[in-house]
Amino acid sequence: MKKISFYITVFIIVFLSLLPFLWFVDTSFKTSLEVTSIPPVIIPSGTIDSYRSAITEYNLFHFVQNSVIVAGATTLLTIVLSIFAGYSLARLRIKYKGLIMGSLLVVSMFPQISIAGPVWKILQGLGWLNSYQGLIIPYVTLTLPLGVWIMASFFRELPEELEDAAKIDGCGHYQTLFKIMVPLAAPGVFTAAILVFIYAWNEFFFALLIMTQQKFQTLPVGIALFQGQYTLPWGEIAAASTVATVPLVVLVFLFQKRIVRGLSAGAVK
Amino acid sequence: MRLSLVNREKLFAASLLTPCFLFVVLFAFYPIIYSCYLSMHKIILSLPYLGQPFVGFENYKELLNDTHAYSSLINTLIFVFTTTFFEILFGLVIALVINKHFRGRGVVRAAILVPWAIPTVVSSQMWRFMFNDKYGLVNYLLYGADTSAYTAWLASPEMAFAAIIAADVWKTSSFAGLLILAGLQLIPDDLYEAAKIDGASAWQQFTKITLPLIKPAILIALLFRTMDAFRVFDLVFVMTQGGPADATNVLQFYGYKKIFAEGMMGYGSTISVMVFFVTLIISLVYIKVIGTRLFQERG
Repeated sequence: MKKISFYITVFIIVFLSLLPFLWFVDTSFKTSLEVTSIPPVIIPSGTIDSYRSAITEYNLFHFVQNSVIVAGATTLLTIVLSIFAGYSLARLRIKYKGLIMGSLLVVSMFPQISIAGPVWKILQGLGWLNSYQGLIIPYVTLTLPLGVWIMASFFRELPEELEDAAKIDGCGHYQTLFKIMVPLAAPGVFTAAILVFIYAWNEFFFALLIMTQQKFQTLPVGIALFQGQYTLPWGEIAAASTVATVPLVVLVFLFQKRIVRGLSAGAVK
Repeated sequence: MRLSLVNREKLFAASLLTPCFLFVVLFAFYPIIYSCYLSMHKIILSLPYLGQPFVGFENYKELLNDTHAYSSLINTLIFVFTTTFFEILFGLVIALVINKHFRGRGVVRAAILVPWAIPTVVSSQMWRFMFNDKYGLVNYLLYGADTSAYTAWLASPEMAFAAIIAADVWKTSSFAGLLILAGLQLIPDDLYEAAKIDGASAWQQFTKITLPLIKPAILIALLFRTMDAFRVFDLVFVMTQGGPADATNVLQFYGYKKIFAEGMMGYGSTISVMVFFVTLIISLVYIKVIGTRLFQERG
């Protein structure tokens, strides 16, 4: 009895987590008539018209390309800088460690609006509105706290003897870091990379402010601004949403353990 | 000159920290100060020939009399309290469930993570579609094919507000759950064994062992969720545009509207500054409650 009610709870949780998204995926394979029909059509006719029109009329691949560039570059830069900062905060003698970790936490928490105007003005001054670097820079800034906290937590767990042994063998500081510590912290690097990528892939607020020309807009901006001539093109919105989300769902199913570990590394220990 | 070992290590540490430091200072801390500066000037983006005259605290006086700003603050606070309450509650349930050992736990955990991973813009469009007045699934599930009873959820102030709360709770309860789960997993099994031997009921075990021990994890989940709920924007932008009748106008959306849609860079910056201080105070209170433990242990 207890077991059955437990499995029912599990089923309800899973069902509620997945239902809205599956419904949207379902919608993306419907004809425009099926999308708006009452009662709703549950099994779609399987047409890919919505995808075709999202690609040809709404430039879907163009948004995908911009998202890949921005999220990819952000991940790369943030990870490199997080390895540096995370290692020094975890393993080296520095003053004010607590203060530095704390102020990073503050950066990750305050609402973006408190810096949006000035960031926009700075980028405008540099002529970087509507440019990839104009979006990558704020993204790196906002994902660094997460990256540094994760890397620091992974480096902290490596045994200290490793560094001592490396030093005795005559490794310099940089050699010790890159040849010994980074390979050992590879799971951490990977975890941080997944989380930073998801953040950059999903971010909307800064993308909306900085990328006002369609040429540079990322997927979330494209999806939010999808407009039909008279009505909302729900089929196309659902298709674009599916394209934006499926890579993340794959990441989640492949790496759920790492993601859970990474999310809690920044918080509870 | 040769540096001592200690100094060389310090230099190395500094060189590793510098790039990160530069990003954070130039694009996070400096903009906050810059916001304060802008908030004391009159700047209208569409009228650049007016320049940037210094107006002292004029903008702040205006802010005090701005009923839209006031209602967006109230809306934000209600949103923050309601969503975090439900997210912690559901998060606790989720955490208790996936903490058990059962077959297929990995798949279940991944399924629960899906709402967290979905881009907020996508989940906003999705819920907007679900709440559609003519062919939304919510109406169908409630009223069946009786279309005369269908409600235009997003056109009613109360219902639109409830809708963005529901969409947010759906998306982020799993995150709260994961943070609480991390706390649950730190509780040693022998505690429960001992309690069982002493004849404690399941409920007693929960209230006397589980709850007190996961309190820190719950507080941290609360902190993260509170701060994140404060910057709610995507949901409002996609689902309601702050409407109907300002009912879902929240701080970050109002600031965005003032600065970027209306081009009131000076006045809008007072909102930015206010939001910063409100969240700073709240996070300081939390950190005080959670204790310096977090920073000392990690430092």
